[in-house]
Amino acid sequence: MAQIFPRWTNKIPFMIGVGAPVVLCGVVFFVWYYFSPKFLEVGYQPEQPVPFSHKLHAGALGMDCRYCHNTVEEAGHAAIPPPATCMNCHSQLDLGETAARFQPVKDAYEGKAPLEWVKVHMLPDYAYFDHSVHVAAGVGCVSCHGRIDQMEVVYQHAPLSMSWCLDCHRNPEPNLRPKSEVTNMTWDGTNPPYDWSNDPHRNLGPDGKTRAVDPPQHCSGCHR
Amino acid sequence: MATVKDTLDPIKGRAPLVTSGATFKEITDAVAAPLEADNYRAWWVCFLVAVFFLGIFLVSVSYLIWEGTGIWGLNNPVGWGWAIVNFVFWVGIGHAGTLISAVLFLFRQDWRTSINRYAEAMTIFAVICALMFPGIHVGRIWVIYWVFPIPNQMDMWPNFMSPLLWDVFAVSTYFTVSLLFWYVGLIPDFATMRDRSKTKARKIAYGIFALGWRGSMRHWLNYERTYLILAALATPLVLSVHTIVSFDFAVSNVYGWHTTIFPPYFVAGAIFSGFAMVLTLIIPARKIFKLEHIVTTKHLENMAKIILLTGSLVGYAYGMEFFIAMYSGNQYEQFAFANRMFGDYAWAYWIMVSCNVITPQFFWFKKMRRNVVVLFVLSIFVNIGMWFERFVITMSLSADPLPSAHGYFSPTIWDITTLIGSFGLFFTLFFLFIRFIPMVAIAEVKTVLPQADPHWHPEDEGAGHSDEAGSQEVTAHG
Repeated sequence: MAQIFPRWTNKIPFMIGVGAPVVLCGVVFFVWYYFSPKFLEVGYQPEQPVPFSHKLHAGALGMDCRYCHNTVEEAGHAAIPPPATCMNCHSQLDLGETAARFQPVKDAYEGKAPLEWVKVHMLPDYAYFDHSVHVAAGVGCVSCHGRIDQMEVVYQHAPLSMSWCLDCHRNPEPNLRPKSEVTNMTWDGTNPPYDWSNDPHRNLGPDGKTRAVDPPQHCSGCHR
Repeated sequence: MATVKDTLDPIKGRAPLVTSGATFKEITDAVAAPLEADNYRAWWVCFLVAVFFLGIFLVSVSYLIWEGTGIWGLNNPVGWGWAIVNFVFWVGIGHAGTLISAVLFLFRQDWRTSINRYAEAMTIFAVICALMFPGIHVGRIWVIYWVFPIPNQMDMWPNFMSPLLWDVFAVSTYFTVSLLFWYVGLIPDFATMRDRSKTKARKIAYGIFALGWRGSMRHWLNYERTYLILAALATPLVLSVHTIVSFDFAVSNVYGWHTTIFPPYFVAGAIFSGFAMVLTLIIPARKIFKLEHIVTTKHLENMAKIILLTGSLVGYAYGMEFFIAMYSGNQYEQFAFANRMFGDYAWAYWIMVSCNVITPQFFWFKKMRRNVVVLFVLSIFVNIGMWFERFVITMSLSADPLPSAHGYFSPTIWDITTLIGSFGLFFTLFFLFIRFIPMVAIAEVKTVLPQADPHWHPEDEGAGHSDEAGSQEVTAHG
């Protein structure tokens, strides 16, 4: 009987046997790594309508986060300040040659055109998130937003993925601090070790050491 | 025909399984005929009808994915409707194949050779239909990969305590092993078809699937060993798959579901419905394709006996459910069962009992077991009854212990088109099978021919090998 297939086809089953698992694992790895928020979203740094510098305001000038994002302690949403907040200081300032860069804020203040800030930290609509409860529990701004005081233009510091949320919800202690230090970008509770028993803002847990913070880990904690 | 001709050797002395004294070549010709016929007009008509219904299925599923499961009649309290009914129905049908191919193989039931290919094909297509339903009923099919333990950035991990997850593994394992089993059995036949091919394209197509089979002694040795190992692997699956399907119900806390009888009851029901479907499909096929000498009345009768056994088991389970409900003294359990018999769905319950309990009792009579028309009609009744069994069980949801939460499930047009469409999927695959794959295991049937016996001699012709001299020779040497 004449041969139908050339000799090299003998290798096909072997190639499939070896290749299919490799390709399958490769696809899983590719999706797991390259489609992850950690790869796709960390470092997202959109161009803003005004070249506002957090490095200058929060860093060099040492302004507190809550001066502008004033609703963060009471509301789920940390407010983006209206131009009026900027004008509290800027109406008194002579910006000199950089005045042109500030012009959009002035226009907005005078009602000519709104400022269209580009949102950096985006959570999906099906994930319920509340700033106030995190601040009240003593999660520092820096834990999620990174060193804002060193950012000329704000970028996304953390992946904001579900597993990243759960990492802290399962073990919140490393990210907790006294309430007075929430907006402190450089607070370090280990040097010298912070004595939680003296923290007037805190209720101690049953063992007198750990704090009574119990973040939800069930589905409907965030997907309501 | 006498059943036993030689009392000294009742196995070898039995009447041949394949009648008409066909030779090896005649068997091959008879099975290959539908694949090599010149005129396919009748096949095209059947196939296009099936494809039309497949189209209905695709439209229904597309609309479902677009719009969501709200297009079905699902609502509180019945959140599990026809999707689970159809799923269990199809998985159940898929049970005869493995039973015939694996269990009967291990028990050396030679009569399986004539029907195993056909039943296994039916199994695979039924499991494909079954797998459609959990796939589409999740609502957001684009995240169906969440059911698999794949690393991801959401810390999303399947709940290994859920029977729904066990189901994913049980059914996909069953499908994989059934497919492998079917395919391994097909390799020698694909080679036969390759060697009979007249055109180059056909040669290549069958050649690819024949995997270079030459029929050498070494090939047969490996083949037999692989087949045996796969049979051993597949045998526990016959029990495990429907056991786990029953866990979908039994592990929950719904009255009428939370019973320990569910696993054996479901397995018996599955084999019951599977054999009924094999009969429904094989009776017309053996007539149309002139395979009545290969799939004989004896084969049909054997299947009728299994239907009688499993049907009676199912009937026993129906009775025992009621007895246990009564005996438990639990008024909610008692209500759940009384409600089945006399409640909103009493009509479905009595259809189920008539089809599943009464129908198989006809098979106590040999005349009925050997009457092809009776077999065909009753097998369809069994199919209907087994669909209603799953419907009745699922509708336990409609009568919660809290009367304010009672409700009545009514299917929408999309429920109906999806069910009808799934038959379109099934028959599309089936007609493709009939047209392109030998529907009887040629190589295996040859092994049960009288000629396959090493001591067979053409001079003994007539009753095959089963005459006095031949049998005694077997006894003497064996």
